[in-house]
Amino acid sequence: MRFDQRHLLGIDPLRPDEITTLLDLADDYVALGRRRDKHAQALSGLTQINMFFENSTRTQASFELAGKRLGADVMNMSMQASSIKKGETLIDTAMTLNAMHPDLLVVRHPHSGAVDLLAQKVNCAVLNAGDGRHEHPTQALLDALTIRRAKGRLHRLNIAICGDIAHSRVARSNILLLHKMENRIRLVGPSTLVPSGIEHFGVEVYDDMREGLRDVDVVMMLRLQKERMDGGFIPSTREYYHRYGLDAEKLSYAKEDAIVMHPGPMNRGVEIDGTIADDINRSVIQDQVEMGVAVRMAAMDLLARNLRANPKEVMA
Amino acid sequence: MTDTLLSNARLIDPETGSDDLGAVLISGGVIKEIFTQGTDPKGEKLAKVNAGQVEVVDCKGKCLAPGIVDIGVKVGEPGERHKESYATAGRAAAAGGVTTIVTRPDTTTAIDTPEGLDFIRRRAAEDATVNVLHMAALTKGREGREMTEIGFLLDAGAVAFTDCDHVVRDTKVLSRAMTYARSLGALVIGHPQDPGLSRGAAATSGKFASLRGLPAVSAMAERMGLDRDIALVEMTGVRYHADQITTARALPALVRAKKNGFDVTAGTSMHHLTLNEMDVADYRTFFKVKPPLRAEEDRLEIVEAVRSGLIDIIGSFHTPQDEESKRLPFEEAASGAVGLETMLPVLLRLYHSGELDLPTLFRALSLNPAKRLGLPCGRLAAGAPADLVLFDADKPIILDRFKLRSKSKNTPFDNARLQGKVLGTWVAGTRVYAA
Repeated sequence: MRFDQRHLLGIDPLRPDEITTLLDLADDYVALGRRRDKHAQALSGLTQINMFFENSTRTQASFELAGKRLGADVMNMSMQASSIKKGETLIDTAMTLNAMHPDLLVVRHPHSGAVDLLAQKVNCAVLNAGDGRHEHPTQALLDALTIRRAKGRLHRLNIAICGDIAHSRVARSNILLLHKMENRIRLVGPSTLVPSGIEHFGVEVYDDMREGLRDVDVVMMLRLQKERMDGGFIPSTREYYHRYGLDAEKLSYAKEDAIVMHPGPMNRGVEIDGTIADDINRSVIQDQVEMGVAVRMAAMDLLARNLRANPKEVMA
Repeated sequence: MTDTLLSNARLIDPETGSDDLGAVLISGGVIKEIFTQGTDPKGEKLAKVNAGQVEVVDCKGKCLAPGIVDIGVKVGEPGERHKESYATAGRAAAAGGVTTIVTRPDTTTAIDTPEGLDFIRRRAAEDATVNVLHMAALTKGREGREMTEIGFLLDAGAVAFTDCDHVVRDTKVLSRAMTYARSLGALVIGHPQDPGLSRGAAATSGKFASLRGLPAVSAMAERMGLDRDIALVEMTGVRYHADQITTARALPALVRAKKNGFDVTAGTSMHHLTLNEMDVADYRTFFKVKPPLRAEEDRLEIVEAVRSGLIDIIGSFHTPQDEESKRLPFEEAASGAVGLETMLPVLLRLYHSGELDLPTLFRALSLNPAKRLGLPCGRLAAGAPADLVLFDADKPIILDRFKLRSKSKNTPFDNARLQGKVLGTWVAGTRVYAA
């Protein structure tokens, strides 16, 4: 069991065995989370700062809860409201925070690569909570854990990722992770929302959703990211729902025991039918939220172990 | 002033395509005579010169070529003098073998009036040791609404008219400016890029941009921009130059335009000839240029187009940026790289890889840009101005960006291992740089 990362900036740098290590530990934390007494001491004495340059209630709450359950001192900073507005650069903000000696820095930023840039300038462990359209590693890890627990394995599955691939960091991280773990990945969406050159990532691309869902084990829906679109990717949400919204009829093309996933927040009636989302036999959407906390606890625990094992490198 | 003899040099003449040992005699700021095996087989003429009153510089077999004419250099005056001044740009140019700088008008504020042009002409004359010529904006404020005073600006010394990367969207405005420019014989320089398709882009669409999650523009945007401009050239008959052609897909449009006999030329940048999109790697903003770096297949096609002469001119598109504007997330970071000082050693990569010979390289660096602007330089011939660069094409160097003479150090070639070093630069017979 090894985990050799200093930061968690993306799925790209992780080895398959590191992913397995993290998911195994997350399994333990799922059990912990279901107990009445949910406290552990893995992060006790450490300071965790959540820096969100982009609004996210769910991810921020999940990271906050994960840190608190492991005994860290957690501080939330909402960056849209603060110094960035006063003209401070990202680097300066990072240097200022760094001077407060945090141990774990959880960062979300609207621009791809911004978290990598920040990680170069601070000497704590940095977790990427989503950067632009680039990566969202903890989401991919929680999806992987959900799949592994529902399907009993995380390899040789047929998985369809559907919807707004182009604007989705969730899709990118999931493609990388599921590919590393040797699954067959299909992307389903209108061609305006599928990024160019994506076929080089070892995926099959479908623009017909029924074809794309045929005999898959897992259906991952993505949120239509209206806020990232500068207009004109789809003609209307109702036409989108008609062609790419997941309803019972389209889902019938998938395997009988196929699970339905969604990273949330959902646009009901746009990319997913409400009854499918609430169907406890098919939908694992609530499980995903639970796994989210466990995976983030595992990720921060592993990074903190590396921090404690190599204090010199961190102090440098 | 005594005459100077540059002897024992490997003479690179792009006009004749020759690469021979010989000597150059400079007198009164111009090349007086060239001595080679062909013109002076027994060395008698040379011996006579050597016996007279002459300062002799032994070039030790190194390369001597006409100085580079670099069209499209950004100097920070007025407005951004902390990024680059005429003094620092001039020193960087001299150290890079660039003997003529042709500046861009995309300063703050834009060079769009004869008064503004007059100001920078004076600044350049005071501070720069190399020749400096200036381009002016095609439309007022580079806003694409009203043409500038093209006539007055020509009188004030503007050598070409361009709005740089602000593409004129309104084709009616552009066609009128082109028609007016044509009546005055002015050269219009376009930036072939469809403004709608390329809006917000920081990379070229494809596997790399998708992997990195960067907003991207299709390579087709360049073809569309070029096609549009060429249609307007056909309509107005203006003299037109495309500043940077960087994609394979745009080349057929250029071939057609030249075949049809339009007065069209094209350039490309040193960066697009030597780097590709993969060099951006982990969001390295020093590799962010405009247009964005392309795929390797595009790079290879563009190198071939320079070799064949389809692309006429290579420029550095020298764009100084300070650290603050580059130390930002990739999408927010400023575009552009400095290149005056690095262009020759960087482009010698193409010589060492066997893709371009030296006369071909200097055809695109010196001869063609001079011809396009109607300048007498760019040639190794009697009567031409003695604007010369002496360089060692083989000397290995490791580039250190902090040693660059530019005020801004934003080069993508920091720590790059290069082969080639400028040893000396002469402008009108005066040595302005010695390594």
